[in-house]
Amino acid sequence: MNVLEIIFYILSAFALICATMVLVSKNPIHSVLWLILVFFAISGHYILLNAQFLAIVNIIVYAGAIMVLFLFVIMLINVNKDSEPKKQLFVKLIGVITGGSFLILFISLIKQALPLVGKTVLLKEGNIGLIHPLGKALFNDYVVPFEISSVLFLSAMVGAVLIGKK
Amino acid sequence: MPIQYYIYFCLALFSLGVVGVLTRRNAIIVFMCIELMLNAVNLILVAFSKMHSGIAAQNGATNTAGIDAQIFVFFIMVVAAAEVSIGLAIIVMMYRNTRSIDINFLNRLKN
Amino acid sequence: MGIMKVLVGFIILWPLAGFLFNGLGRNYWSKKVIAYKATGYIVASFIASVFAFLYVQKHGAISVHYFDFINTDTIKIPFDFKVDALSALFLLVITGVGALIHLYSTSYMKEETAPHYARYFSYLNLFIFSMLILVLGDNFVVMFIGWEGVGLCSYLLIGYWFTNGNYNYAAKKAFIMNRIGDLGFLLAIFWLIVKLGSVNYNEVLTATSLAKLSTTDITGITLLLFVGAMGKSAQIPLFTWLPDAMAGPTPVSALIHAATMVTAGIYMITRSNILFSHSEITQNVIAIIGISTALLAATIAIKQNDIKKVLAYSTVSQLGYMFLGLGVGAYSGAVFHVITHAFFKALLFLGAGSVIHAMHHEQDIRKMGGLKSKLPITHLTFLIGCIAIAGVPPFSGFFSKDEILAAAFAKSPIYWVLGVIGAAMTAFYMFRLYTTTFLGNFRGTIDQESHLHESPVAMTLPLILLAVASALAGAIGFPEIMGGHHWLSHQLIPIVGEPHELGLAHSIEWVLMSVSVSIACIALVLAIFIYKKKTDEEPTTLVGKFFYHKWHIDELYNQAIVQPLNRFAGFLKYVIEKKVIDGAVNGTGKMVQYSARKVRLIQNGQVGYYILFMVVGIILLFMIWFNDTKILFFFNKLTKN
Repeated sequence: MNVLEIIFYILSAFALICATMVLVSKNPIHSVLWLILVFFAISGHYILLNAQFLAIVNIIVYAGAIMVLFLFVIMLINVNKDSEPKKQLFVKLIGVITGGSFLILFISLIKQALPLVGKTVLLKEGNIGLIHPLGKALFNDYVVPFEISSVLFLSAMVGAVLIGKK
Repeated sequence: MPIQYYIYFCLALFSLGVVGVLTRRNAIIVFMCIELMLNAVNLILVAFSKMHSGIAAQNGATNTAGIDAQIFVFFIMVVAAAEVSIGLAIIVMMYRNTRSIDINFLNRLKN
Repeated sequence: MGIMKVLVGFIILWPLAGFLFNGLGRNYWSKKVIAYKATGYIVASFIASVFAFLYVQKHGAISVHYFDFINTDTIKIPFDFKVDALSALFLLVITGVGALIHLYSTSYMKEETAPHYARYFSYLNLFIFSMLILVLGDNFVVMFIGWEGVGLCSYLLIGYWFTNGNYNYAAKKAFIMNRIGDLGFLLAIFWLIVKLGSVNYNEVLTATSLAKLSTTDITGITLLLFVGAMGKSAQIPLFTWLPDAMAGPTPVSALIHAATMVTAGIYMITRSNILFSHSEITQNVIAIIGISTALLAATIAIKQNDIKKVLAYSTVSQLGYMFLGLGVGAYSGAVFHVITHAFFKALLFLGAGSVIHAMHHEQDIRKMGGLKSKLPITHLTFLIGCIAIAGVPPFSGFFSKDEILAAAFAKSPIYWVLGVIGAAMTAFYMFRLYTTTFLGNFRGTIDQESHLHESPVAMTLPLILLAVASALAGAIGFPEIMGGHHWLSHQLIPIVGEPHELGLAHSIEWVLMSVSVSIACIALVLAIFIYKKKTDEEPTTLVGKFFYHKWHIDELYNQAIVQPLNRFAGFLKYVIEKKVIDGAVNGTGKMVQYSARKVRLIQNGQVGYYILFMVVGIILLFMIWFNDTKILFFFNKLTKN
């Protein structure tokens, strides 16, 4: 058990606990905050895998922009603990069971999978997560999707404005 | 770090997201759980990319195997951002029309 | 051989052609054309039958093959016809008497409209066709085809005046009782097929086949065949249809219920005599039932007041005599009686038809009388018929009846005593009928009296011919002790074997004959004496009432069989049909509706539910996708056990 593994376990546990709190919280603002913590944990995983660019981008985009947007909307709609719609216990139970069986199913599938036996993940090393190779690949092989994503953003902006108009 | 550990972890996150979508009635919370799912997927993609990179390094050559996954993650984030903006706009619209963000209220698809 | 094939084909096909032409063309042709056609076909068949008979005399029996009816590995049933002495004789009787009756009908049915007239003749032709198939068949299945055909035609003809509900009821009764007998016949055929693998006469009715059957087999088969004969030839207990069958036109009664159809049973048993001779039990059964029927019917006939009903019960009684003959082994005697009975019974029925025609469809003999002077030819021929049936020599009835009685005596004197009693009763009721109808003073209305006239030639000619036949037919069976050469029994040797010696001294035979004749004559004279003066208005004594009401057998059958069946059918209709079956069908519809209502609730428009089902679907999909080998293995293990 070296340090990396310990860090992996800690980060994983942290992420799972925060995700569970997202589900369980009554107050939506609390859920948002817990989700931000989850994103931090994920970024931690990214750093562990030496995907530095993605770690930073995760923080900036997800935790920084998207979650802030969520907060804005929540505050706009003025949701608080009282106006949280009630949910029947039966439906919650069904949901949990379904999700649980989903998890179990896939775990069993992965356990059976032969090609995955013995493969390990390169931690802390490798330079494919660094900005330089990433940028090179992005602008050489994937330049078209890159440009089109800008068009995507444009359309998203237009759509959002259009939908939001009175 | 065997790849299975990462897969298990991401599956757990993903299924938590699924449970959240099925269980919660607040539209915004549901949306957030979708984001959670997307993040889990991102993580597993990066893990796989490192796996392939590790295998390639073992077999020699310093080629950039597995970088495609990270590019993919990049684009997933792009799409997620766009989708969030639109989704939230819709939710705001929904609130304006029905004064509620309960997903059970939207049952126009009935019968 | 080729010529015989053609000839036999013609014998069969001419009546069939008559059926088709008259049936299909009944709206087009005039009555005259129809009459000539129908009668002409049967006359042509008769002429062809004569040729066939002569051929058989010269060359012996032949078998004509037409086509393979059923041809499989395990059983072959070809559509073959056998022309031998027995079937040739029957052919002559059927076509001959049939032709005369057709001729008679052309005049009797003149009041019908043309389409119905044609319908009548087409049915009559179809009947002759079926009867010919019956007697000409070379195996039991072809015989059965004819058997069914005559049953069907009997139904059609009894219910000819279908607008009357009672007549329809009588026709149904006849058909259903026939059917009960047919079931026995069919079971016998199946038994034969199971045990011997064939139904052809030349394979079944041989000594070698007999050796293959155990005694239970033979007894069973013969009893079942006799059940078939019981239904068709009106023996106890399946005889009540025949008196009711008098609802049909009189020529129909003459043809079907006197001369031909009812004799099908006797033909069948005679044909299979080798089987019957080997079953002691069946022979006893046949004899007992035969004599009981003879006596029962005779007692009923004594008290009937409808001219046709008397003749009907007389037919049942005479059939009983024929079965008695079969039961004691006198096969040629039974066949002899069939032939003579065909002649005099047809004569009697046609004579009765002539009387009915003259009396404008009055059938009650209490309203008749003194017709002797008004209907001379009818009277004379009827008298000849009565004397013949009473068994007075030298007319034919004496010879045939005596042959049977002699054989009965050889078997057991009790049979003979009962037979003589029956003969006495026969003479008695026949002459009662004769006396009340023709002698004495006319008891009908003045209006009827003025209309009395002799029937036209088309009706009287058959009467005359049949009277001649009844008088002289005794010649074919002149017994040895009287110095004659019994032609008939010699003819039937190939079929029934050598006539076995009765073991009676000649003197005993003379005694028997004289005793029976004298008793019959006494009964005859007694009848004339009693009934010349008075008529039976209503039966007064208890016994008389019992006989008059036909021993209440119809009522018994009604209570015991018909009512429970009706109730059972009602039960089936109201409970099972309405509740169970309809309930099941309607219930399925209701269940579909109910489940649809419940299932519809899934489509509630709530996105959450939809996502849930989506996830469940994905789970299932993955489970099956990745574990399909395991699932298949699981199913194989399940189905293997």
